[in-house]
Amino acid sequence: MNGSAAPTIRADALTKRFGDFVAVSDVSFEIRAGEIWGFLGPNGAGKSTTIRMLCGVLSPTSGSAEVLGFDVARDPEEVKLRIGYMAQGSSLWNDLSVQEHLRFYAGLFGLAGTKREDAISHWLKRLDLYGQRARLAGTLSGGYRKRLALACTLLHEPQMVFLDEPTSGVDPLSRREFWDIIVALAEAGTTVLVTTHYLDEAEHCNDLALIYDGKIVASGTPESLKRDARNGITAEILSPDTVRVLDAIETQPFVASAGLYGSALHVCIRERDGLDRLSQFLQEHAIPVDSIAQVTPSLEDVFASLVGKR
Amino acid sequence: MVPPAIEISGVTRRFGSLIAVQRLSLHVEKGEIFALVGPDGAGKTTLMRLVCGALAMNEGTLRVDGLDLALQTAEVQASVGYMPQRFSLYPDLSVMENLRFYGAIFGVSRAEFGRRATTLLADFALTDFGDRLADDLSGGMKQKLALACTLIHSPSTILLDEPTAGVDPVSRREFWRILYRINAGGTTIFVSTPYMDEAERAKRVGFIARGTLLSCGTPAELKSHLTGEVVEITSRERGDVRRNLRDEPLVRSIEIFGDVLHALVPSADAAIPAMRSRLAAANVSDAVFRTIPPSLEDAFVARLQT
Repeated sequence: MNGSAAPTIRADALTKRFGDFVAVSDVSFEIRAGEIWGFLGPNGAGKSTTIRMLCGVLSPTSGSAEVLGFDVARDPEEVKLRIGYMAQGSSLWNDLSVQEHLRFYAGLFGLAGTKREDAISHWLKRLDLYGQRARLAGTLSGGYRKRLALACTLLHEPQMVFLDEPTSGVDPLSRREFWDIIVALAEAGTTVLVTTHYLDEAEHCNDLALIYDGKIVASGTPESLKRDARNGITAEILSPDTVRVLDAIETQPFVASAGLYGSALHVCIRERDGLDRLSQFLQEHAIPVDSIAQVTPSLEDVFASLVGKR
Repeated sequence: MVPPAIEISGVTRRFGSLIAVQRLSLHVEKGEIFALVGPDGAGKTTLMRLVCGALAMNEGTLRVDGLDLALQTAEVQASVGYMPQRFSLYPDLSVMENLRFYGAIFGVSRAEFGRRATTLLADFALTDFGDRLADDLSGGMKQKLALACTLIHSPSTILLDEPTAGVDPVSRREFWRILYRINAGGTTIFVSTPYMDEAERAKRVGFIARGTLLSCGTPAELKSHLTGEVVEITSRERGDVRRNLRDEPLVRSIEIFGDVLHALVPSADAAIPAMRSRLAAANVSDAVFRTIPPSLEDAFVARLQT
């Protein structure tokens, strides 16, 4: 890792319009070499558009970005050669086998001979795809399609990797394996930009940015984001009828956000005496609850309070 | 007695030499939310497609509301709604037109359609978007429209195959709230999910792997099946902690859970001192240990690792 060198990515006032619609608005950030940088936000907030600009496949309307020292608008081909990009949607061919995909991608990036075969067999084993190598991609389950797409992305050992929802639809055990790989990549010096809707995964990131309506609304380490959220109070409510509690409290002015959290309910309250007001409100309205307790906010609570009152 | 909403008995489905579902039996009670969880390729999607009759089984019987799928296919299909992983919305049709299309497929009468569409749009907060093209909806709204299309013919049971994969956390909460409301109205919900926090919300959960049912019960029952204890470890050096404790014989498994680690151990009293001394030897000094009740994810991970 060369921490003193220029950042791997520098985005400066990056903006993308589609007609009247501003998909990404004035977004600036830096990503250091060897960092795992998490990009969070609701569907349609501008994550994929930003990534596509950084990968050189979409040109910015205004602003600029440098990836590995190359300007994405001026030298998109130089950028593309050095990065790996796992798109959110499937970039697989249903009628090609697992092995054929890997050979095809190896060819695209100029891998040949034993180097090609070594890389293919390494990733087949690492992602538990060896037993599936002759299967057509179209017959793979959702989770195995993601494994194959990840293998295709990493085959040529890119210095910078963009992973757009790599674990969506992947089971809990396999998600951990994916993250073992991502952490190992970063430890070996690869820079990783990753998006996810699993906020437990975001805890693995060195830095996070939350984008909403095309703008970055919060950024920092997972710890600092949770610390900032502690200006208010997060309460966990257990109740035999969580939906009824939710219906009753969410429109109350002292509630900043409320939503289902596993089988419980998490409520963010801005005021310090919020917990008492909440208990009092539930008692006055005779709404049955098993318990109310203050808890440490999770990243999901932080996300919910920044993104929507729900 | 009311027959189960879904009764799967000894069902097998093969694709060539691959056995996707193997002599699987389970039932979903009327009016419950039943969640199916399992690793990639476990057979979840195949099972859903068998239940809605989109795929024929090789062996076994399947009943929906007491009706035999093989003999009364049309009646069964009329009472079931199926939302596949990649639900086909027509991107160049509006929200209303998509609903009308699915209404027509299921032969919903014009009067019934009007009433039903109005209710669904209102319940799903889509009323203002009736004229918007499906392609212009956000991801969360597309999922809601797909669910509305699945419900247009008022099925008594719905099958949802990973409906929230790729949906952001706030939209996911909203989607589940709608599911609770539909369920409160009497609809049985059979849902597969990769999110264990969603499975916690189901009345009963089935763990499946390699085409067979490993265990089945309420979230509390499944957690109580876990033998041993779960120790939560808080440390700044999660990676180091995991590397150092993975080979500890008193630790059955150790996994990262968000910003903490969970160690599954036969006995916390014996394991905690052993873990503490191992970490001290490796110069990790900030670890805090706490015995916690297992989560459904702990139970699932333990079940798959045995």
